[in-house]
Formats: sequence, C-alpha cells, structure tokens
Amino acid sequence: MSRTKGLVEIDHFGLDYIAEGRATEAVADVSIAVRPGEFVSIVGPSGCGKSTLLNAVAGFRAPSRGRVRVDGETVRGPGADRGMVFQQYSLFPWKTVRQNVEFGLKMKGIGSAQRERMSRTLLALAGLIGFEDQYPDRLSGGMKQRVGIVRALATGPKVLLLDEPFGALDAQTRLIMQQILTNIWQRLRISVLFVTHDIDEAIFLSDRVYVMTARPGRVKAEFRIDLPRPRDPDSILSAKFLALRRELAGLIREESLVAMGGELAGGLGGLDVMLEEGSLADLL
Amino acid sequence: MDLPVPADQPQLSATAPAQPARRRDAQPRIHPRMRDGLRAWLLGGLTIAIFLGLWQAASATHLDFFLRFDNIPAPSKVALRALTVVGSAAFLNDVLTSCERVFLGFGIAASLAVPTGLLIGRYRVAHELLFPLTELLRPVPAIAWVPISIMIWPTDWQSIVFITFLGAYFPILLNTLLGTQRVDPVLVLAARSLGASEGAIFREVYLPGALPAIFTGLAVGMGVGWVSVIAAEMISGQSGVGYFTWEAYSLIQYPDIILGMVAIGLLGLVSSSAIRGFGRLVMPWLSAQ
Repeated sequence: MSRTKGLVEIDHFGLDYIAEGRATEAVADVSIAVRPGEFVSIVGPSGCGKSTLLNAVAGFRAPSRGRVRVDGETVRGPGADRGMVFQQYSLFPWKTVRQNVEFGLKMKGIGSAQRERMSRTLLALAGLIGFEDQYPDRLSGGMKQRVGIVRALATGPKVLLLDEPFGALDAQTRLIMQQILTNIWQRLRISVLFVTHDIDEAIFLSDRVYVMTARPGRVKAEFRIDLPRPRDPDSILSAKFLALRRELAGLIREESLVAMGGELAGGLGGLDVMLEEGSLADLL
Repeated sequence: MDLPVPADQPQLSATAPAQPARRRDAQPRIHPRMRDGLRAWLLGGLTIAIFLGLWQAASATHLDFFLRFDNIPAPSKVALRALTVVGSAAFLNDVLTSCERVFLGFGIAASLAVPTGLLIGRYRVAHELLFPLTELLRPVPAIAWVPISIMIWPTDWQSIVFITFLGAYFPILLNTLLGTQRVDPVLVLAARSLGASEGAIFREVYLPGALPAIFTGLAVGMGVGWVSVIAAEMISGQSGVGYFTWEAYSLIQYPDIILGMVAIGLLGLVSSSAIRGFGRLVMPWLSAQ
C-alpha cells in the first residue's frame, strides 16, 4: 500500500445550491488543511455545510468556488484514494462482512487470496474476527460502522473521511467506537477528516478541531488539541479537556443561535413566556 | 370426515421431553408453536372438509335453487374420474404442452423485462425512451391480444406463447424498475468511493439491490403467465390444460372440467413456490435474518 502522504487542502472553498430558482450560499470561503497523518475534526451547528465539505473531498460534490486537493492533485470525482464512512449505515446488505470489506480490493482487481489476507488483518484490527461471514443485518450498529470503517480503509486510502459516523449509536457504544477508531488511526498513521456535532468526540479524537459558523459556513475558529496521547476515556474529565470543551461549546452555541435565528426571534430569552396569571402547568 | 390427527400425535409427544424441563411437576406439554401449527391445520382442514361436504351434498341432491348443481359433478365423481384421466398420455401431454408454453413465454419475458427494468430504473434516457410506450401497452390485458396475436403469428403455438409472454412481461418489468429506483443512493456513493466503475455499480449494487423486487415481479409474472396461457388455450388452442378444460365442457365430460381446474391450480402453485425457492437460494442475505 503506497500511503505516502495524505495532505488534504481545502482552499477558499465555496458552495452554492439552487433553491427556488436562486442560488444560496451554503459554504463561503473555507480553507482547511489536514496534514499527513493528522486527525482533524470539523464541528458546527447543523446546516453549516460541514458534511458538504466532506462530500467535496470525497468527490461527490464539485465546489462552486475554490478547490480541493489531495497530495497536490485536484479532486475530480470519487475514488478509492479517499475512504468514506457515511453517517447512515452503508454496507451492502447482500454481501457478507468479508465481501463488504473486500469490495474495494475487488474493484482494484486484486486476487481473492490476497484480498482475504488483507481483509483478515483489518477485520482483526477492528475486533471483527468471527463475524466475517455474517450479513450486515445480523450486526449491531456499532459493528456495522466498524465494518464501514474497515471497508473504507481496505483500499489503502491516503485519507479517511468520516461523516458523523457514530451519530446513530448509543453513548456507551460511541465511546468504545472512538477508542477503536483512535487505535486504528494510530496503527495506520493515516490522515483523518472527521465531521461531528459532538464536541467531546471532536476533542477526544482530534489533533485539531475546526469550528464552523452557521450558514453560510465559514471557519470560525481553529483549535489545537494538545492533550497527550494515548488518551483514555478518563481524559475527558481533565481540567484541560474541560477548558477546551467550555470554549468550543460557547462558540457553537453562538452559532446554533444564529442558525436558529429565524425561528427564535427573541433569542432564548424569548422562550420565557410571561403568563398573565397562574402557572404554565395550570394553563395546560 | 376423518382428519389425520392421530398420525401427528406420536411425533409430538416424542419431541416433548426435549423441552427444557423448567417445571418438573408440570405435565409434559406440546410445544406452543407445534400446538399452534396443529390447531391451524385442524381448523383449515375443517373448512375445506365443510366446503367439499356441501358441494358433495349439493351435487348428490341435484340442488336447483337459483344455483343449479344438476350438471356439476360431485367431488367423489371427480376423484373417481381422476384415476383414469390423470395417468393418461393425452392428459399428460396437455399438461406438458401448457408447461412448455408458460415456461417459454415466461422465460422470454423474464430475460427481456429484467434488463429493461434495470436500464429504465437506472438511466434517465432509457426511462424517457421506453417508459411511455410501456405505460401505453401495459393497461391492455394479455387476453385482449388474442385476436391480434392469432393474426400476427404463423402458428397457434407461437401466438399462445406470445400471449403468455405479454402477461408475464409487464409485472416483471415494473417490479424490476421499482426495485432499481429504490436502491439506497448511499450504497451507490459507497461503491463509487470504493473505486467501482459504472458497470461494476450496475452489477454489484443495482442488480442485487433490485433482486427482491425482481423476484416479486417473477412470482407475479408467473401467475399472470398461467392466467394468460389458460385463457389463450381456451380461446384458440388445440392442446394444453386450458384447451382440455374447455373441451371437457364442450364434450359434456363435466368431471374433466374440475380436473382441469385442479391441474391449473396445482401447476400455478408449484411454479410459484419454485420461484420462491429459487429466490431464497439466490438471496441468502434475506433468509439469514
């Protein structure tokens, strides 16, 4: 596997979409870089275009302005050099775990013996040995996403892209998944671009975190997370972690309020409905 | 009516001790699921027995009260007649002839409708080109094609196969089309990002994704295929089960009508369960649930 670099450069990226006959700006002038081997997260309020950015790196969407490059080459479409893990489960239901993982290798024309060797190694790394011949329907949500991650890694991509991959999982499973992902990342030393709305998750996993503004999405802030590695689950209780968390949460709350501005005209204060007489409980 | 209950009894009590004996003092019981199965079997059998009994009574008494049963052969007569007819070369030939027509018409329909459905479901151009014509022809029942078919095709055999083909074609096409359109777009994106070519996406994503719908279409198509072949044979054939049934009416050989009907029902049943069995074989991921 020639995983030489893995430098992702998003340069002055802008994206418009057409709604009701006119162009609306979804993402405005975003510049983000992922250095080789770095774990970078993007957080932001919903609708800020963070998933759009990821889709642009994956090659599913072309930018309206600016460009996306991986190792200096402009992204022109989807390809196996960028592994994508989707928010919704995206395993092929008609393929077993092993067949799912080997799909990209098969597309590359790699023989079945070598495919099996490679998939076995990766499946072991994600704790999936013993489930190779199961169909996805038989797996738990966490397992499905682990297979999804392994499948995206099998072709030896330069960068792994993850779009809120643990969003549908319960809190406990999510913590375990974060550790498994960290473990895989540290073994493979692959560049990772991770999109989430979970601040703890972003801090726990990343070397750097970008915070985006409400639509049209821009980079509001960039944080270097210099918590020592390996990080154990208790590290989310350290003073440093909590300080980062408070700061990030504050920024995102500001943006979420902006994003909901239209809906909550008076800000959150406006929700304090004044009642002429009696309590709300009486009224209801 | 004697229902074969006793035959099941020893088998049931034999499995009873295999139950986890959680309550030692409790009597060895029949497994609830087996009990439910037996119950369904008994109740279903009871209704069938009543149906046959009423029919037998109506025919035996030559019931003539609005409904006329004087020409309707009793089940016992049909059963007796079956002994001579079912093994005969002529009847067997009729059955085989109908089977041949159905499988040929159905086979041609499936091999054309599945690829066409996939293409129409996948490519807009194919949809725009082919769908309007499909929608124009689809509402016309296959039977309505009989006169045209007789005029177009050189032989009766060909025109009957054509009618069967028409009957089977549209359900298969439509289901394949729907199945293709309902393939989860994220699976296509996943395949793309894993380096799949257009051909590979078609083969590895759209085809297996549409398979459950395709098999629904095949099962429906097979059913309509049988309807069409029987009707076509009744109208224009010189052989086949449909012809056999209609001829029995013309020749006042009434028990044969019932025999023909039973044969048609059984043939339909066997072919649709064959399709379902084949579907399970081809789609192991569905039965693994």
